[in-house]
Amino acid sequence: MSFNNLDQLYRQVIMDHYKNPRNKGELEEGDLKINMNNPTCGDAIQLQLKVDDGKISDAKFIGEGCSISLASASMMTQSVKGLEVDQALKLSGIFSDMMQGKEYDEEDFDLGDIEALQGVSKFPARIKCATLSWKAMEKGFKEQDEA
Amino acid sequence: MMNVQDIRKQFPILHQEVNGKPLVYLDSAATSQKPTQVIDAVERYYKEINSNVHRGVHTLGTHATDAYEGAREKVREFIHASSTEEVIFTRGTTTALNMVASSYGRANLQEGDEVVITPMEHHSNIIPWQQVVKATGATLKYIPLQPDGTIALEDVEATVTANTKIVSVMQVSNVLGTINPIKEIAAIAHQHGAVMVVDGAQSTPHMTIDVQDLDCDFFAFSGHKMCGPTGIGVLYGKKKLLENMEPFEFGGEMIDFVGLYDSTWKELPWKFEGGTPIIAGAVGLGAAIDFLNEVGMDNIQQHESHLAKYAMEQLSTIDGVSIYGPENRAGVVTFNSDDVHPHDVATVLDTEGIAVRAGHHCAQPLMKWLEVTATARASFYLYNTEEDVDTFVAGLRKAKEFFGHVF
Repeated sequence: MSFNNLDQLYRQVIMDHYKNPRNKGELEEGDLKINMNNPTCGDAIQLQLKVDDGKISDAKFIGEGCSISLASASMMTQSVKGLEVDQALKLSGIFSDMMQGKEYDEEDFDLGDIEALQGVSKFPARIKCATLSWKAMEKGFKEQDEA
Repeated sequence: MMNVQDIRKQFPILHQEVNGKPLVYLDSAATSQKPTQVIDAVERYYKEINSNVHRGVHTLGTHATDAYEGAREKVREFIHASSTEEVIFTRGTTTALNMVASSYGRANLQEGDEVVITPMEHHSNIIPWQQVVKATGATLKYIPLQPDGTIALEDVEATVTANTKIVSVMQVSNVLGTINPIKEIAAIAHQHGAVMVVDGAQSTPHMTIDVQDLDCDFFAFSGHKMCGPTGIGVLYGKKKLLENMEPFEFGGEMIDFVGLYDSTWKELPWKFEGGTPIIAGAVGLGAAIDFLNEVGMDNIQQHESHLAKYAMEQLSTIDGVSIYGPENRAGVVTFNSDDVHPHDVATVLDTEGIAVRAGHHCAQPLMKWLEVTATARASFYLYNTEEDVDTFVAGLRKAKEFFGHVF
């Protein structure tokens, strides 16, 4: 049986993050705790971030969802750890462009595992799964700014 | 017996490939496909008779009015209402239920009163009641469900009290496929002096509806789930109740006399149809009713119940698949697979050309009751075949095989 189409979406590295999520759990002392749902499908994640001197020093998540949303959350927490907040937001913008199939500027970043999610852009119904955790991070920093 | 292959020929959309595979459409509970007869009726309306209704002296205006009011008569006959005065065209089930909650509910509920619904309701039969009880100080109560997702009449008896003013229940569950005993529930509601509201969105497309036999006070349904266009639906209400209700929207079409500071309303049903109505939608719904009548509602129900049974048998041969809801059901099969999230199931099936729904199906309280966050659902209509079920089951096996490599 051929899985060609599916292999484009469910790359090995995505399945690895789904099976062995990085940074799954709760922070002992987090600065930001953001709940985000995908109201159309019921996926829900909670993202926790610790910020020291404008730098994300730790990130963890818990939640329920499909392979794409959980793998993406795993990759996201991995890649924003150690970044300045504005850099993390910039990376979020790049990820959003990637999901929409737009050209994206990756010069400043090592996208690493995230690049495996590129195939999601070919599955429009799944883009919201992949962006859920990133939107949570954006929401967290926006609310912090407004507070 | 109905000839499914002949029926399929009348649905142009079914004859296409999706992702390189012949389309297998198993999402009719979300919206049904449309036969040529309906598409042509809407096209003919716009090409030959389009005009505004109930006002023009000119010929086309008369033709449009005849077509619109003719559709209302078809609806009346289809649901066995006693008069077209009781048939109000709306945008769909959601609008119809909001009309009852706003117009009847707000005027007839006060503190201490109760509205009774069930945890299996679609959001459109929950939220309007949440809002109206907040505004009036009434209370919202739920009839508990049996473990298999059915309603026991003892539980209805135990929940409905002398304080209950409204009971609102779906006739067929869009998730569990449960067919609820509406006639019996309505009798209990009436014993306690409450009115019975029925969400008929998932029943009207699939079985014979007789609002007089059910003895319900209000009955709501949508055209697009029964081979008709989107944007048209119906609220049936008993005449004596509708007469005493205030209009839901105010403006053109629904008035009798308009003064500077006060106005009076048209008679039923038009007092509830403010603004230029959904004329083409009503004409399309009329054509859909003609189409369904030609096939026969009893044939349709029998065909779908067979497909649901067949699908459940086939699914039960796959390890780790849970099916939600009772044994006897309408053509809806909602399931989960132990090791594959429903979104991933839906994506794998989509690559095979199979359309199913994944998510909470606008029934979050029911998902909570089922203790799941999401489920996948295959739903059937008159154009589906056993081969569709076979393709679907093979697709699900493929999903399990694919994800089986991971875990």
